[in-house]
Amino acid sequence: MFAGFDWDVIWRSAPYLFREGMTFTLTLTVLAMTGGIILGTLLAMMRLSSIKPLAMLAGGYVNLMRSVPLILVIFWFYFLVPYIGAWIIGAKEPVKVGAILSSVITFTLFEAAYYCEIMRAGIQSIPRGQVWAGYALGLNYWQTMGTIVLPQAFRNMLPVLLTQTIILFQDTSLVYVLSITDFLGAAAKIAQRDGRLVEMYLFVAVVYFVISFLLSWQVKRLQARLAVPGRM
Amino acid sequence: MQYNWNWGIFFEPAPDGSGTYLWWLVSGLGWTLATALAAWLIALAVGSVLGVLRTTPRRWLVRLGNGYVELFRNVPLLVQMFLWFFVLPELLPAALGGAIKQMPPPWAAYVPAVLCLGFYTAARVAEQVRAGIQSLPRGQNLAGTALGLTVAQTYRFVLVPQAFRIILPPLTSEFLNIIKNSSVALTIGLMELTARARAMQEFSFQVFEAFTAATVIYILVNIVVVLGMRWVERKVAVPGLIAAGGAPQAGH
Repeated sequence: MFAGFDWDVIWRSAPYLFREGMTFTLTLTVLAMTGGIILGTLLAMMRLSSIKPLAMLAGGYVNLMRSVPLILVIFWFYFLVPYIGAWIIGAKEPVKVGAILSSVITFTLFEAAYYCEIMRAGIQSIPRGQVWAGYALGLNYWQTMGTIVLPQAFRNMLPVLLTQTIILFQDTSLVYVLSITDFLGAAAKIAQRDGRLVEMYLFVAVVYFVISFLLSWQVKRLQARLAVPGRM
Repeated sequence: MQYNWNWGIFFEPAPDGSGTYLWWLVSGLGWTLATALAAWLIALAVGSVLGVLRTTPRRWLVRLGNGYVELFRNVPLLVQMFLWFFVLPELLPAALGGAIKQMPPPWAAYVPAVLCLGFYTAARVAEQVRAGIQSLPRGQNLAGTALGLTVAQTYRFVLVPQAFRIILPPLTSEFLNIIKNSSVALTIGLMELTARARAMQEFSFQVFEAFTAATVIYILVNIVVVLGMRWVERKVAVPGLIAAGGAPQAGH
């Protein structure tokens, strides 16, 4: 049933697919992961803060982000970021922001909401006594969080954070709606130019599968290694 | 900053003559819900079967279930959408493939979207069902066997009813996910809510009104689903059976 297909198109376009497309996909994943985890941790600290307005602000942000589809958020920021930029630098006209920068901002802000929930569970998994011990030693809030709570929370949650990153890696394919040349976007361009939809999309699926499968397998191994026997 | 707000835009006629922009969004919501509900039926049916298979003592059934879950979880939803829409009709026998491609407009996108979302979410439901069954004490299974129930009866009357009560909260979030994920179907031309908001923005240039409206609608749908599921949870709760606390999970 695969007789009429031209698999050679994959070899011909592979350098373009990986050099242009996959490079962008991975760059976006790493940037959004880094930004998302940092921002998400700050949001988690806000959500758990005893200062009510801070907790409500962070909670509202997280719930908002989690109740709308990622594609809608991508559109939102694509049109909103130029206005925010203009507002920040005080310009009259909306600033020109490329689709690429806009997608980095979008994914960072969107994933931060999901990383926040993971980090919140991580922080809550640390016994309160550790915080009191920190204060008793004379450490202030930031020192207690930075040197005692967060390192442990981060370590406990590492497998979940990494699983979320694999999901993020797959979700970056949605930048397709902004016509960005990520891995899927590059393949779609070739597919439509050469009329080779079947070959290209199957190849894309296989590549995504292999990468995600290997990564999640590694995460599982890491999880098994981090697990303390007898403690769930 | 210069942006001309015009909240009256919703009551202005849309360019395709089908009614107002507000009607566009309402019909978009209709397609979103129709897609999500139909896909949810597939997801629940397939996911439950797969989840049960993964807890049986038969090794090859477990492998089959695991393979399905790995396959559908490790390929991005958008890519799966393209596989169902562009690739599947080409791989089927010519007559069948042609018939699929010639379906009239809304169905040509709706059917692949439902199948895609259904089988994608089935993998996630299967994961929840497996976890739910495995969280039950082993004694439940043994007691079923001791009472003389067959394996099928043990699942039907003892394990599955308890497991589903435990996993209702994660199933609620999967249902919310399927509603949100149905927006991915806009890439194959389904005019669901996000697609309608985007089209409204393109025709009327009222970006923020259109997206605000879509956002508000999604939030309202979320609230309704959460309240509805809470009611279901109370309705089916068995006194004395304690619901399991949720561990943090990655997901969307």
